[in-house]
Amino acid sequence: MHTLQTKHLTKHFDTVKAITDLSISFEPGKITGVIGPNGSGKSTFINTLTGLTPITSGSIGVAEKVELTSIVSNDMPVYGITRTFQEVRLFEQMSVLDNILVVTTCRGWFKSIFEKHSAYHLAIAEKVLKRVGIWQFHNKLAVNLSYGQRKLLEIARVLAMSEIGKAQVIFFDEPYAGLFPEMVKLVSEIMKELRSEGKTVILVEHNMDLIRELSDKVIVLDSGTLLAEGNANHVLSRKDVVEAYLGE
Amino acid sequence: MEYIYHLAVLFTIYAGLAITLDLVVGYTGLLSVTHAAFYGFGAYATAILMTAHGFGFFPSLLVGMVISMVAALLIGFVLSRFKDDYYALVSFGFNIIVFSVFLNWQDVTRGPLGIPGIGKPELFGYTFSSTLQFLFLSAVLMLLVYGAARFLVSSSFGRVLKAIREDEKAISVFGYNTKTYKLVVFTLSAGMAAIAGSLFASYITFIDPSTFTLNESVFILAMIILGGLSNVRGAVIGALFLILLPEILRFVGFPTDIAAQMRQVVYGALLIGLMLYRPQGLMGEFKL
Ligand SMILES: Nc1ncnc2c1ncn2[C@@H]1O[C@H](COP(=O)(O)OP(=O)(O)OP(=O)(O)O)[C@@H](O)[C@H]1O
Ligand SMILES: [Mg+2]
Repeated sequence: MHTLQTKHLTKHFDTVKAITDLSISFEPGKITGVIGPNGSGKSTFINTLTGLTPITSGSIGVAEKVELTSIVSNDMPVYGITRTFQEVRLFEQMSVLDNILVVTTCRGWFKSIFEKHSAYHLAIAEKVLKRVGIWQFHNKLAVNLSYGQRKLLEIARVLAMSEIGKAQVIFFDEPYAGLFPEMVKLVSEIMKELRSEGKTVILVEHNMDLIRELSDKVIVLDSGTLLAEGNANHVLSRKDVVEAYLGE
Repeated sequence: MEYIYHLAVLFTIYAGLAITLDLVVGYTGLLSVTHAAFYGFGAYATAILMTAHGFGFFPSLLVGMVISMVAALLIGFVLSRFKDDYYALVSFGFNIIVFSVFLNWQDVTRGPLGIPGIGKPELFGYTFSSTLQFLFLSAVLMLLVYGAARFLVSSSFGRVLKAIREDEKAISVFGYNTKTYKLVVFTLSAGMAAIAGSLFASYITFIDPSTFTLNESVFILAMIILGGLSNVRGAVIGALFLILLPEILRFVGFPTDIAAQMRQVVYGALLIGLMLYRPQGLMGEFKL
C-alpha cells in the first residue's frame, strides 16, 4: 500500500541532471528520510512532485489511482500533497494569522468574495499556531518573525492543510535547519504525531541523528540517482553511502 | 465655492480610479499601467451612447462597465503570460493601443475632434446639472466603489490576492488557481474604473482621446504609490493629495512670468521628497 509513487522520474535542467530515473514509493503512517549530499537533487525531487518544476520524463502515481506525467501546482491539495520549502516561503507582508487563514479558506474565487474566514477557520489557525508556539505573534507580519519562528510558521501552514483534510502526503525540506534545540524537539514531536495520524511524511534532512531517530525508511540520493534505500541503521552504515557524504 | 465643488468632483473621480487601480497594483502586485484605457472605455461609452443613441446616463454607464470588463478579460488574459517588468511594459502597450483606437476610429469616436455635448445624468426626472448636484452623484458612486473595494479586500478573496502578490508560486501549491484570481480582480477593477470614466464624460460634457493617455495611467499610479499601496484609504488620500497640490501651489507667490514652470518644478520636487521621506507612501506599510 502506498500513497505516492514515482516511476522513472527524471528532471534535467539543460545540462544539469538533477534527477535521473527515480522509482520510489512512499507509504502512509511512515516517515521516509531523504538524504544525500548538497546538490544531489533532494529539493528538485520535491519540486517535481509538487508542480513547482515540470517533469522531464517519467510519471507519478497518486493514491494508487491517478498516474500523472505533468503536475500543476494548484492541483496538489486535490491529491493531498503539501510541503514546506527549504528557503522559507511565507507571505511576508501578511500577518501570521493570515498566512494560515489563506490556506484554510475556500478555493473557489466566486465564493471566496463573499466569505471572510469563519470561526472554524480561525479555530484551526489558533490550534496550529499554538501547536508550534507562535500564536502570541499572530498579529505580527510574517516578515518580522525570527528565523526559527518563520520555519515554524511554515510547519503550521502544513498542519493547517492537514486539519482541513488536504494533506495526506507531506514533504518537509530541511525543516530543522537553523532551529534552536527546543524547537527541534517540538518539530520532531510534530513529525511523530503526523506519522501516528497515518500521514505519509517525507523528511529531507542532513542531521543523521534526527534521521535515525525519526525515519522508518531512508532513501539516499547521489547526483540525482537512487544510491540506497532501506532501514536507517542499515543504510547509514553502508560504505558507499558514507563515502557519498564524505566525498562532497 | 463653485471652484471647490469642481475640485471635489475631480477628486471623487480620481479617487475611484486610484482605488480600483490599487486592487490590481497594491493588493495583487501586478504593475498595470493601462488603467486610463478602462477609464476611457467608460467615458467613450457614455459619450457615444448619450450623444448618438439617445441613452440615459445610467444605462450608458452600465454598458461602459460591461465593455470595459470584456476588454479587461482579453487584455488580462494576454497579460497573464507576463511577469514584473514585462507585465508593466505589455500593459503600457495596451494603453497605447486603446488610445490609438480612440484617436483613429473616427466614425465612432470622432478621433481628435472629440465628442462634445454630452448630457448630464438624470434619475427619475431629476437632473444632476449644477456642479454641486453632480458632486452629490459622483460622491455616492465613488462611495459605492470604495465600499466594494473594501468588501473585496477584506474577504477571503482579498487575502488570496495579497498572497499572490507575496509569492504566487507558493500560494498556488496550496490549491489556488492564481491566474483566475488575477483575471477576476483585473476585470472587476476595470469595470469599476469605467464608472469614473462615465462620470467624467458627463461632468465635463466633452471628451477627446488626450485624457486617456499613458500619462494619465502613470498619474493614477503615482496617486496610489504616494498614498500607500495596498490600502484603500491610501488610494483616496493619494488622489486628494495630487489633485490639491497643484491648486495649493497656485497660491504660492511665484513671480508671474515663471509661475507655471516653477509650479511644475516644485510639484516634482515635492513628490520626490515625499517618496524619499516615506517610501511606503502616506498610509501604506508596504513597498512595491
Ligand atoms: N532551477 C534550476 N535550474 C538549474 N539547475 C537547478 C535548478 N534547481 C536545481 N538545480 C540543480 O539541480 C541540482 C540539484 O539541486 P537540489 O537543490 O535539488 O539539491 P539538494 O539535494 O536539495 O541540495 P541541498 O542539500 O543543498 O539542499 C543542483 O546541481 C542544482 O544546481
Ligand atoms: Mg535542497
